Amino acid sequence: MAERVRVKHMMPPGHVRAPAYLRGKTGFVERKLGAFGNPEQLAYGLPAEKIPLLRVRFSMAEVWGSDTEYPNDTLDAEIFAHWLEYPETHDAP
Amino acid sequence: MMPHDHHDHLSPSGHPYRKDNDEPLTYWQCMEIAMRELLIEKGVTTATEIASQIDTMDARSPANGAAVVARSWVDPAFKARLLENASRASREMGFDIGTLRLIALENTEDIHNVVVCTLCSCYPRNLLGLPPDWYKTRAYRSRVVKEPRKVLAEFGLELPAETTVRVHDSTADMRYIVIPARPDGTENMTEEELAELVSRDSMIGTGIAKLPS
Repeated sequence: MAERVRVKHMMPPGHVRAPAYLRGKTGFVERKLGAFGNPEQLAYGLPAEKIPLLRVRFSMAEVWGSDTEYPNDTLDAEIFAHWLEYPETHDAP
Repeated sequence: MMPHDHHDHLSPSGHPYRKDNDEPLTYWQCMEIAMRELLIEKGVTTATEIASQIDTMDARSPANGAAVVARSWVDPAFKARLLENASRASREMGFDIGTLRLIALENTEDIHNVVVCTLCSCYPRNLLGLPPDWYKTRAYRSRVVKEPRKVLAEFGLELPAETTVRVHDSTADMRYIVIPARPDGTENMTEEELAELVSRDSMIGTGIAKLPS
């Protein structure tokens, strides 16, 4: 059973690599990639902590709404763990 | 309209028209020149070293990726290793890809993969060379995540409704190469001949492998 995750719906300033169009969207972990330097610190030349990076797969329906033309097509993106939260199963879309 | 439709910008001789760069330097161009000159002055690098790095990057071309794809078509064990760890498999073929973290995405009868970087222009340069200009445009980056099939149709690729389209947004440290499906009628071709069928676009996912002539 794939792990369900939701991209946090926040809009912090600065260099961030969680794309805005995926914030607040729920997907499942496609694979875990290991830990990488946090780009939010690297971008400013700061010492960067290593944070787990995950590939998350979203359905087009989740990202663009259920009336999207091909709801079962998918979008995969790499999201750092500090951008993910774990929704309860009862609030599944 | 996709940005590669540039036929209305040809000079009378039929060559693409490009304006002379007469405008003043931008802030970032000035910064780049200042930084480069300082690094050379302080002996951190040399102009020769910079030129040779540019040469190295220019020498990388989609032919490297095509060789990897062709090997995966003829060698199932290699394909398994490529899907497991594409960086290691590319190095195994002798390609110096530096620190590139590569993921290979296999197109099958049921699945078509296409790659984008919505945030900037991430591309597996260390294997495929520089990305095409359209890959970096706002039009491609914003549209392919929302209406991938329309964008692919503009590239001449109409996919059946039964095919699942998977769009891969290179948002962080991974880079992606699509392994296009091996065309029918290529059973007797050599690995080198097969590599000729693998276009750059087929490895981005905006195309498929060419048919044998």
